[in-house]
Amino acid sequence: MELGLDVEERDGFAVLSVRGEVDVYTAPHFRERLIELVSEGKHKIIVDLEGVDFLDSTGLGVLVGGLKRLRSHDGDLLLVCTQSRILKVFEITGLTKVFSIHDSVDAAVGGGSDGGSAT
Amino acid sequence: MTDAARDVGTAGEVIELEIPARAEFVALARLVVSALAASDSNLADERVDDLKLAVSEACTNAIEAHGAAGSSERVLVRCKTGSEALEVCVEDRGHGFDPAGLPDHPPVTDPDRLKFERGLGIPLIKALVDEVEFSPTADGTSVRLVMRHGVNGSEPS
Repeated sequence: MELGLDVEERDGFAVLSVRGEVDVYTAPHFRERLIELVSEGKHKIIVDLEGVDFLDSTGLGVLVGGLKRLRSHDGDLLLVCTQSRILKVFEITGLTKVFSIHDSVDAAVGGGSDGGSAT
Repeated sequence: MTDAARDVGTAGEVIELEIPARAEFVALARLVVSALAASDSNLADERVDDLKLAVSEACTNAIEAHGAAGSSERVLVRCKTGSEALEVCVEDRGHGFDPAGLPDHPPVTDPDRLKFERGLGIPLIKALVDEVEFSPTADGTSVRLVMRHGVNGSEPS
């Protein structure tokens, strides 16, 4: 089972689109790709979770780690997610208050940290 | 153990799956349990998803326990269907752990919250299933997850 990890540029953001299931097996690839982007100097990253079928706490750990890494570079990590079963994982763990979650990549690009929130 | 049959109501079938304690097999455990749960007409789709996630967390913990203990034993996933509930036990042969000994996470508004990249699995399991029980076994830990019939999906707080 491979995780799809595609990157494109959008208005100064690197958009990382994740497809598939993020769990203990696939999370390391996701973590490596995020770290790679940061080390390439991409400090404003949007992680698009719309193609994610499953995400557990190991996936949350990767996102928390990425956010921490980016904040230490004065950057930010925004999320795009509208799927209720994925949002639920953020809600249960209280991480909806930590992440800026948007309805679309457009909303994330336009809204910065404040606007277009899905929740 | 003696209470298990009563806990799920009239006993149905027992389905056991043994997986190698490696990360790539968590997906298989998840798939088998969610397929079984989906065939239980008394569990709504949302609850099937909740159980799938809880099983993934329990298997991840089991595999990490095996890794930490250097154990090459398999992880056992045992499902029991019943008239009142579906029960899933995930048994590892790692060195065991104390769920009560987990640190409390700081409030989400605290910047220190970002120091916690791990340890979210157990809180998730507790929020997702109707009952969870961690029991020490002779050589590891058994995590028992129960989804009761006729319970509405959990509402995230």
